[in-house]
Amino acid sequence: MENPVIDLKGLTKCYGSLKAVDDLNLKVEKGEIFGLLGPNGAGKTTTILMMLGLTEPTSGKALVCGIDATTNPILVKRKVGYMPDSVGFYENMTALENLVYTGKLNGVPGNEAHRRGLDLLDLVGLGDSANKRTSVFSRGMKQRLGLAEVLIKRPEVIILDEPTLGIDPAGVKEFLDLIRQLSREQGLTVLLSSHHLHQVQMVCDRVGIFAAGKMQMEGNIHKLSQALFADDSYSVSITVREPLPASWEHSDGLRNIRDVQGLRITENLVQIACSPDATPDIVRFFVAKGLDVMGVHKREFGLDEIYQKYFDNHLIEHNADEKSRSIFKRYINKK
Amino acid sequence: MPMKSLAAFSKGTSIKSELAADSTTTFRVVVDKEMTDHIRSWRLILLLALLALTFFGALYVSLNNIRSVVSNAQDPDSTFLYLKLLTSTDGAMPPFHVFLNFLGPLLGIALGFDAINSEQNNGTLIRLMAQPVYRDNLILAKSASALILVGTLFFTLVLLMIGAGLYITGVLIEPVEVLRIFTFTVVAVVYVGFWLSLSILFSIAFKQTATSALAAIGVWLFFTVFYQIVVNLAVAAFIPRQTIQTEAEMVGYNEMVLNILRLAPSQLFSDATTTLLMPSVRSLGPMTMEQMAGAIPSPLPFTESLMVVCPQLSGLLAATFLCFAYSYYLFMRREIRS
Repeated sequence: MENPVIDLKGLTKCYGSLKAVDDLNLKVEKGEIFGLLGPNGAGKTTTILMMLGLTEPTSGKALVCGIDATTNPILVKRKVGYMPDSVGFYENMTALENLVYTGKLNGVPGNEAHRRGLDLLDLVGLGDSANKRTSVFSRGMKQRLGLAEVLIKRPEVIILDEPTLGIDPAGVKEFLDLIRQLSREQGLTVLLSSHHLHQVQMVCDRVGIFAAGKMQMEGNIHKLSQALFADDSYSVSITVREPLPASWEHSDGLRNIRDVQGLRITENLVQIACSPDATPDIVRFFVAKGLDVMGVHKREFGLDEIYQKYFDNHLIEHNADEKSRSIFKRYINKK
Repeated sequence: MPMKSLAAFSKGTSIKSELAADSTTTFRVVVDKEMTDHIRSWRLILLLALLALTFFGALYVSLNNIRSVVSNAQDPDSTFLYLKLLTSTDGAMPPFHVFLNFLGPLLGIALGFDAINSEQNNGTLIRLMAQPVYRDNLILAKSASALILVGTLFFTLVLLMIGAGLYITGVLIEPVEVLRIFTFTVVAVVYVGFWLSLSILFSIAFKQTATSALAAIGVWLFFTVFYQIVVNLAVAAFIPRQTIQTEAEMVGYNEMVLNILRLAPSQLFSDATTTLLMPSVRSLGPMTMEQMAGAIPSPLPFTESLMVVCPQLSGLLAATFLCFAYSYYLFMRREIRS
């Protein structure tokens, strides 16, 4: 990466003795969609605030578009659109008025801001509500309006903090599609924080798992899955027409295929763990043995598993977990 | 969300933000928006009604007994018809400038007590701060918009008063009266400005709007009701009356009490307005017989009155700036979260 759009160098933020963000290094390239994942209180929002110069890092540097966000926040804010996790609007103003106000604050002249505002409201699916006061808006509508507001200044980078909160499932898909489309067609760099793993998986080029103030892992999902599930990255399930006996005569033959590490047979379903991907060999084996293959399903490990496995392996939060478990037990016993 | 209308985003040039807003335009945009908010709010309408009511009430009372006041040859100020309109009363109702002593703080507090914390509670502050807006510009714009409104309001009322006076009495207004009345209006705006900046300070210091409103009203009540009592009690406790022997000591004693009372902004305001609206007032402290000897009770020229109120005016301005500077200090490095 030669010219990262977002470049965090040793970013640290302490609140008293608590280290909210601890020596964070991160580079995000132009046009990339980066997902910042982490449990509550991991320091995601604090990191974002430091990127916008809304809070000062204790040490380290946050460079956005090559500009130091701490010393030159105004320049950064011209180029970055930020949508906070709980986005609020002036309730006595209409959606369009809110947008036009933001536009004007960014130096867009009034009539141009008006035009852009209307276009953007159409884009996010709020075209019919342009002249409604935002006090009647639902959470999801506000979230959509938030995206329009981010785009009205035509930013180079957009930072979205929990962008899909409160949007209905269909809306989430549209929302994420739009973000991806913007990134692909306009070269927009996107950084989004979330704990909705599926959604992050849908749009992000790269993700970083962020916990206890540190970037624990970063890379694309494929890479993360390889790193964590080095033993059994792939799981192939094959369904055959006839149930197989428990002691199947070909099971040894199947095991002998290169890369196959284990298998389990339950009636007509054969589950095979392999690394790397050996699906074609396995299918060929079944066909050669004259079995009727009804279905082949390859399961790649998703973010859910990665996330789960990660926190199982590292027990980052094991103290907190234990505590809550014991509280839970006490509560149950009392009942 | 459809693929169709992405053109909306890319229309024109690329996404580069080609427009760099400088700080004066953003300042004006914020002022515009704040003024619109104020004008549309019920709060301002109520305050306006209250102020208009007291103003026209006071004007009605003074118009009713203006004839007797102006024909009173004993009074050196009797030639200033328009100043009399503002200050004379039949005793049933205080004159307008005394009313303003109470209403000014209310106006300032009402326009400023939720300036910052309501935005924070609504989640709009963080959005605003993510735009290229300087933080000090935001506070400045908030107070400027309220002061522009208050200024417009006061000047309108005063011009209405002059117009009504001209229409009813048919007496031409003296230029010096115009000067005095306009200076009075400026002092009144500065006085409201002090309370405005104090309440904006509280709106930054306290997270809840109710707390900041209460704190500001508390300060106001303290200065209007309790301050005088507290000062008199304290002074009497520290310097018993019996220890005062000579006349010089008495003068010094009174002077000291008055100076302590002048720490209250309302005292500064009433000193300043009294001097400006009653040209015969030549000193705000006690005067000895020697100082008075040979003085003819006559109105002071405008510049002399202005000299007398100069310390009061600067005191009010200084207090305003102090509040403003402290709000700036609090707000500049604060971390803003939603």
